[in-house]
Amino acid sequence: MLEPSILFASVLNGLTSGAVYALVALGLTLIYGVLHIINFAHGALLMIALYGVYFLGAKLGIGPYAALPVMIPAMFALGYVLQRFVIGRASHGKDENILLVTLGLTLILENFALFAWRSDTRTIETPYTFSTVDIAGAMIATPKVFAFFGALAATAILLAFITRSDLGRAIRAVAKERQGAKLVGIDVEHVFAMSFGIGLACLGAAACFLLPAYYVNPQVGNGFVLIAFTIVVLGGMGSFAGALVGGFIIGVVESLGGLWLGESLGQIGIFVIFIAILLFRPKGIFGAGA
Amino acid sequence: MLEASHVSISFGGLKAVDDASLVVPAGIIASLIGPNGAGKSTLFGIISGFLKPDTGSVKFLGRDITGLAPHRICRLGMTRTFQIVQPFAGQSVLENIAVGSHLHRPQRGTALAHAESVALRVGLADQLGKPAHTLTVAARKRLELARALATEPKLLLLDEVLAGLNPQEISEMSPVIRSIRDGGVTVLMIEHVMQAVMNLSEYTWVLNDGRLIAEGKPTEVTRDPQVVEAYLGHGAAERLRAAEEHAHA
Amino acid sequence: MKKLYAILAVCGAVALVPAFVSSGFALNLVIMTLYATLLGQAWNILAGYGGQYSFGHAAFFGTGAYASAALQVHLGVNAWLCLPVAVACGAAVGALVGALSFRYGLRGSYFALVTLAFAEVLRILANSVGFTGGGVGLLVPLKSSALDFQFHGKAGFLYVILALTLAGFLLSWWLERSRYGAWLAAVRDNEESAAALGVNAFRVKLLAIVLSAALMAAGGAFYVQYFQYIDPHLAYGPSVSVEALLGPIVGGLGTVFGPLLGAAALRLLGELTRNLMGEAPGVSLVIYGAVLILMITFLPRGLGGMFVRRPPSAA
Repeated sequence: MLEPSILFASVLNGLTSGAVYALVALGLTLIYGVLHIINFAHGALLMIALYGVYFLGAKLGIGPYAALPVMIPAMFALGYVLQRFVIGRASHGKDENILLVTLGLTLILENFALFAWRSDTRTIETPYTFSTVDIAGAMIATPKVFAFFGALAATAILLAFITRSDLGRAIRAVAKERQGAKLVGIDVEHVFAMSFGIGLACLGAAACFLLPAYYVNPQVGNGFVLIAFTIVVLGGMGSFAGALVGGFIIGVVESLGGLWLGESLGQIGIFVIFIAILLFRPKGIFGAGA
Repeated sequence: MLEASHVSISFGGLKAVDDASLVVPAGIIASLIGPNGAGKSTLFGIISGFLKPDTGSVKFLGRDITGLAPHRICRLGMTRTFQIVQPFAGQSVLENIAVGSHLHRPQRGTALAHAESVALRVGLADQLGKPAHTLTVAARKRLELARALATEPKLLLLDEVLAGLNPQEISEMSPVIRSIRDGGVTVLMIEHVMQAVMNLSEYTWVLNDGRLIAEGKPTEVTRDPQVVEAYLGHGAAERLRAAEEHAHA
Repeated sequence: MKKLYAILAVCGAVALVPAFVSSGFALNLVIMTLYATLLGQAWNILAGYGGQYSFGHAAFFGTGAYASAALQVHLGVNAWLCLPVAVACGAAVGALVGALSFRYGLRGSYFALVTLAFAEVLRILANSVGFTGGGVGLLVPLKSSALDFQFHGKAGFLYVILALTLAGFLLSWWLERSRYGAWLAAVRDNEESAAALGVNAFRVKLLAIVLSAALMAAGGAFYVQYFQYIDPHLAYGPSVSVEALLGPIVGGLGTVFGPLLGAAALRLLGELTRNLMGEAPGVSLVIYGAVLILMITFLPRGLGGMFVRRPPSAA
């Protein structure tokens, strides 16, 4: 039916898109999968990060990849402050409240962006925006290839961090048993804030890799929220490797879906997967729990 | 009234209940005792439908109820209370009990009136309007009992309804439980408070490590060396007997 | 009974408004406040009384809107007749979402996210399918006759939306004094205890989502008549879902007047903002977002909750 070369290209494109999705979802894996904070504002925060990368380029001439050392700490700081002083305070620890508070945050961020920067879609141009890489006959956009390796690197770094570092251990302790962690002297508020910060730092990195191959406008975050949650749930809560694989799967599903069903209908596969996973296998592929 | 046959359940390799069988005749107050972690609440969960056993069956009033949903078992006439009391937090005492009353009363008015009469029986008549989350532990236990009673069960499963109460409160609850039995309701209670087990229940089963190790009248069962060992440890029965003989010598 | 009199009094007072006010602007203000109230009442049934927070209520709204619009545009069905059909369609979608979600035990944030996913699926479908007009949407033909559920002036619309919100009020009032309502509150506050007392939690929750969806779909049908246009984003997009939940949270979850209080307060805030800051895009929503956060932080029971003696269990 379809030529293998078209299928192959579609799968490769899906893998690279999926890598970016995975980068977005990695942060959420930490925030939601490990700490059970339903960060509904994840998409809006990505949007803010994208604008950050955009303006660094447009006003200061800093290219998106050069912006990594700026965006990552900046987003980390934003995340720490947000969790410590807004989300943590407001939600009194209740799940539904966190959902609503982060929804409120989304409203504020999206509409602030609308007010400040209007609804125009913006893109950036880099030396490699239009170049492609030839992979066994398929032409894949260069920025997407960079994103692929960026996602692999980020996953490796996060995995090493969570298993080897003291903070990583503290995070895992808080995730497993909050009260117990408190009793052994771990500053739980601080750990939550650090985790949120790291989660947003991932978003900062994701934005640097995403913008060259994509665009930004105030609404752009909406599309990513459910996709990110789908990947987190699909890969199994709290598993970074799972999020990476989940990202690839979702990317390929979207790409092949677009091939068969057309652009607009193509995304439906993602949400159907989300619903199916939650209903039938909430543990996800790698997960240890729901 | 109630018949459990060879009921077993395991959680992740650990056998929580192992081949338990018991028959509860109608009209008595019976008890299920055993050291902590013996599996008593788990057995209750299986009987009342909150858990599905791996093997075995449960019959209630001659009818096989194994695996039926809890609300259906309640409608058939068996109601259970919970060890960790879970009231409807934001609602008043009266409203809490009324949920039970509504099982047999579709009208709000009659349900509320019935709830009030149940509250009276349990000694909560003066706290009807209080929000459930403001009650003391003892009052919450009464509320738990009242809610279950309001469903007008034929068999009442009480899960440690006396736990956490001081002796004064226990002596106030005991006649209530007795009057429930006198009213024609069979009671099966999990209890740790030995005084209550001896005073209230006419027949008892002892569970240890998921297995039923003894049954009979409370006074006999508590003298059973196996039971003593279950509670006090290996060799305790010997030591106790030796001490007794020494005292008589 | 006092609450019933209050409901009738409030609705009666609003019914008199067109007799004294003829400004289109003022009437529109009242209509939109009542419309927001209706959406809030629908969400309140499932979330406030039922304890299940949905983030995808647009799924039911959009279904009602499209059902009504499509029947009119493609089959020329009378708009009044479309209203019960729209309600039935919305209720059916509610039953589907509820049956799947509750059968598999979804609660809390999982439930919220799944409802959002359903809304998104419907939005994508509406964008791609023919009879919904695809991305372009549907324009309801102009009829300008009361017999066709369109009115010259605004007064007609006001009476219709008032009737719908009256239904919403009566439904909420009934929930507070019926056996079903007692069951629903029990399931909300502690599902396990409720089951132990003989309550069929699945059926109870299912009915709640069906009632909620029905009311929401009525709102969708009204929207189509008032604005005469619908498209996938308006029907199934997140703004409708957000609008439905803002009112009850601000006004008081699980109360009869909460949705009205919230809708009125937010509209007032919106108008004030417009006066102060002009027509700048997005400003009022920023404020709403801030209000939402402030409410959850400091006043989780909402404005109306200050007058109700019981704290709702979720907040």
